[in-house]
Amino acid sequence: MAASWGFTLFLCVLLMVCRGLSLAGEDPDQTLSSSGQVKALNPEIDNALSSNHGTTGEGGHAVEPITTLPIVSWKWHHVTTPYLVALWILVSWLCKLVIEANHHVTSVIPESALLICFGFILGGMIWAADKVQTFRLTPTVFFFYLLPQVILDAGYHMPNKLFFTNLGGILVHAVIGTCWNAASLGLSLWGCQMGGAMGDLDIGLLQYLLFGSLMAAVDPVAVIAVFEQVHVNDVLFIMVFGESLLNDGVTVVLFNVFDAFVSLGGPKIDAAEIIKGIVSFFVVAFGGSLVGLVFGLLISLLTRCTKNIQIIEPGFIFVLGYLSYLTAEMLSLSAILSIVFCGMCCQKYINANMDENSVQTVRYAMKAFANGSETIIFVFLGISAIDKVIWVWNTGFILLTLLFVLVYRFIGVFFLTWILNRYRLVPLEFVDQVIMSYGGLRGAVAYGLAVMLDENKIKEKNLMVCTTLIVVYFTVILQGITMKPLVMWLKVKRAAVTEVSLLEKLTNKMFNHTLVAIEDISGQIGHNYMRSKWKYFEENWMSWILMKPSARKKQDQVFDVFHQLNLKDAMEYVTEGERRGSLEFVRNENSIIDFKKKSESESFDINNANMSNDHGAMSTTSRDPIPSVSLEMHEQIMKAVREAEAINAHHLLDQHLYKSRKQHRHRFSRSHFDINRDEKEVQEIFQRTMRNRLKSFTSAKMGVKPPKTIVKHTQKEQQQKMPNGKSMDKAKTSYSGDEGLISFVHPAGIENPAFMPDLDPMDLLQIPPWLGESELDSSMVALSHRAQVDLPRTPSNLRRLAPLRISTRSTDSFTLENIPDTQQMDSDQLQPPPPPPRPPRDDGYV
Amino acid sequence: MGSIVSRLLSRLLREEEIEDIEEIKKETGFSHRKITRLYRRFTSLDKGGNGTLSRDDFHRIPELAINPLGDIITNGFFPEGEDQVNFRGFVRTLAHFRPIDQDNEKNKNPSATEPLNSRTNKLLFAFRLYDLDRDGKISRDELLQVLRMIVGVNLICSTKTPKGGI
Repeated sequence: MAASWGFTLFLCVLLMVCRGLSLAGEDPDQTLSSSGQVKALNPEIDNALSSNHGTTGEGGHAVEPITTLPIVSWKWHHVTTPYLVALWILVSWLCKLVIEANHHVTSVIPESALLICFGFILGGMIWAADKVQTFRLTPTVFFFYLLPQVILDAGYHMPNKLFFTNLGGILVHAVIGTCWNAASLGLSLWGCQMGGAMGDLDIGLLQYLLFGSLMAAVDPVAVIAVFEQVHVNDVLFIMVFGESLLNDGVTVVLFNVFDAFVSLGGPKIDAAEIIKGIVSFFVVAFGGSLVGLVFGLLISLLTRCTKNIQIIEPGFIFVLGYLSYLTAEMLSLSAILSIVFCGMCCQKYINANMDENSVQTVRYAMKAFANGSETIIFVFLGISAIDKVIWVWNTGFILLTLLFVLVYRFIGVFFLTWILNRYRLVPLEFVDQVIMSYGGLRGAVAYGLAVMLDENKIKEKNLMVCTTLIVVYFTVILQGITMKPLVMWLKVKRAAVTEVSLLEKLTNKMFNHTLVAIEDISGQIGHNYMRSKWKYFEENWMSWILMKPSARKKQDQVFDVFHQLNLKDAMEYVTEGERRGSLEFVRNENSIIDFKKKSESESFDINNANMSNDHGAMSTTSRDPIPSVSLEMHEQIMKAVREAEAINAHHLLDQHLYKSRKQHRHRFSRSHFDINRDEKEVQEIFQRTMRNRLKSFTSAKMGVKPPKTIVKHTQKEQQQKMPNGKSMDKAKTSYSGDEGLISFVHPAGIENPAFMPDLDPMDLLQIPPWLGESELDSSMVALSHRAQVDLPRTPSNLRRLAPLRISTRSTDSFTLENIPDTQQMDSDQLQPPPPPPRPPRDDGYV
Repeated sequence: MGSIVSRLLSRLLREEEIEDIEEIKKETGFSHRKITRLYRRFTSLDKGGNGTLSRDDFHRIPELAINPLGDIITNGFFPEGEDQVNFRGFVRTLAHFRPIDQDNEKNKNPSATEPLNSRTNKLLFAFRLYDLDRDGKISRDELLQVLRMIVGVNLICSTKTPKGGI
């Protein structure tokens, strides 16, 4: 904490220095806040400042004639603009640094709220130094330089499948919900003014509607920032997030329409104008999306040809994305929709076309830009408040706006969801609806629009700006802070009153998995016909045009998942090796300690499990001791388990039960890259499943199978455990048709057999398609007996691993992994493994 | 399926392709639209085009591979000893997952056969998932087996040590 205070002090000093400098130099206000601005900023500020400084605006380059040669000279005027810009970016990011230093605070108060508070402090300092607010969030800077990258990031990382599955609901909320919010807010406020609740205000009905329209939009930046703290499920997240993105189409239209109406004046509005307004909605929304799509296709096509300039390949995404935003803005269409659809459209193709490094670069750079922009936005939102000139206080107006914004949001969401639930297969629950309503945060977009109002037409612009600011602060800070406790309270309230027994938990978990499986078997929820038609079109036409031929071949989904898992494994393996000093693994004596720690930890809520902790703990405990040590450790561990209470068993199971898909967090995060799935879990399950299938497969064939299949299949399997002879398979013999095949070895050396369910071997004569056609670009590494036990996760594409032969002890189907290279499909190496003499219903273990 | 014309017609109507659709409706309680949609799904899964699904067809569903109970669920579709499931069997199994009809529960008519999605039948289906060897009983090992399947690698399960609390 001392460090952070030091930082703050440093910031203050820095700012003071800057203020002093800017006072000496030309007017910095012009550079930051009025360059190229569409509507004039508050003219009083400009006048005040220029009269303050007394210097003329530009032309700091006019130098007096020199009398002697200057060795060095002070050229502040030279660098004012870029210097201040860079300085402000630095300051904002330093604020974020200070905030993130302390996790206790950020878990209670969302980061966005803290950033706004920092903005207050900074604004206060500047105002104290200057007596006027020279820095503020201006619409130009916001809409052109800060917002696009945030939205591009959102579009690029959007989970398309989830989005389009729920598109109906999202659209309903975005369009109808926003219109309802705008209309109800405007009309209610106008009604209140008529009723005299707000004193004497010079605002007409149209202006109220205009105000309502700019206040109605849920802000994507704020939504993401707050939802990071709260773990909500996929569907809920995508509903709110999608709505916040798509409602820009409506907001732009409403704002422009009512702005035009205000200019036209009341009498000139007739049916024709209104119809034009409605038509303009469709034009703006669809036009914006179309522009985005076109640019998305452009990007995809481009990346198809950029093989030779892989270094700057990532840059194209950003440039073209930005261009799509500007093009839509130029055509007065919805710019946010454009850039969202650009990102959504191109993500699949550029990920396929570009080189792995470029893809990583794009992801990281986008996150960096988006995160950075968001930080700056929130800090400046705070700063902009500390400005005496704009503050007009009207209690009635402000309080009523706050009240109506909240109430109408709730009403709107509940009503629309009630309608939607009649058509949805999986209805949205009450808790979800509450979160959706409460999560309708307003943010910088509303503020930007408010500042863009023309005060010649709207006399009470300052009041509106103030109200917008207060609403933004209320939603972001207060609702952000209370969102998490509210969710916890609601969920706890709805949870079972009685303590759930272990068996119940297990069964619930099992049912979850079952339901997910049935969902997958029965196909996606929704319009499957359209989806299959689209898939057909997409596979045959779009992929053909937009993807490189080599990329197209890799489109097999299962292979893709495995490819990613392989990569993850490889990277982890190497970092583990580096961490330990060498690639040679030594016995891990710490495994028992870690295990004990895990069993004593107290986390109840699965959803709050810290993913990074899981990773770290798992990787340390995944170190396998060699068999000779395993027995002792087994004993020790057994003792530890026996000593543990039943509560500990509960905790343990809680932590270790595989999460079903419903429990995974939402897939979008501003600051983390892979937060949705515990990769290890998925990996484990996948490998185990594949191993099971392979075992039944090979057991059926008994050596008749062509080696090709074995090779291709096991290339994907990394977790090949050797049985260490201490099988606990006595019980297995009771199962008929059971190979009793070992599927994985416990890290401490105990086997953990997963039985094969009844499978008729003859069924599996067919080669599963993903086996048959996948191409292999990594070679298999054969592991020695020791290596297999030691190295549970051996990536197959690390050639540095000693390509050792499998020991002759292994006579079971596990020896399938002893194929060193796919090219040499040595059949003689494979003959020993599935030994013909071995009968299928044998001694259960190998 | 007869001539091309009737094929085209049936593609429009989607009824003749599904034999016994009325019987399926009565047995499972699905609506016409749902049965049609399920039939489309069935045919898209059925790569061999012979009107039945084999285990491999289920294995082709990628999400099942990362479901710890995927294989067990797949087995639930195949009746005892068989490895092909036709559309009727497919829909019959899926019918277990329909929401419970509230009015049926109130109707305590013991002589009428319960619909497939009654509480009892749902429980029966779940029971069969646990009962891996289909002997009508869930042994301790079977329970542990399922537990192992849905628990992560790091957890020790030993048949020797009784776990408290289960």
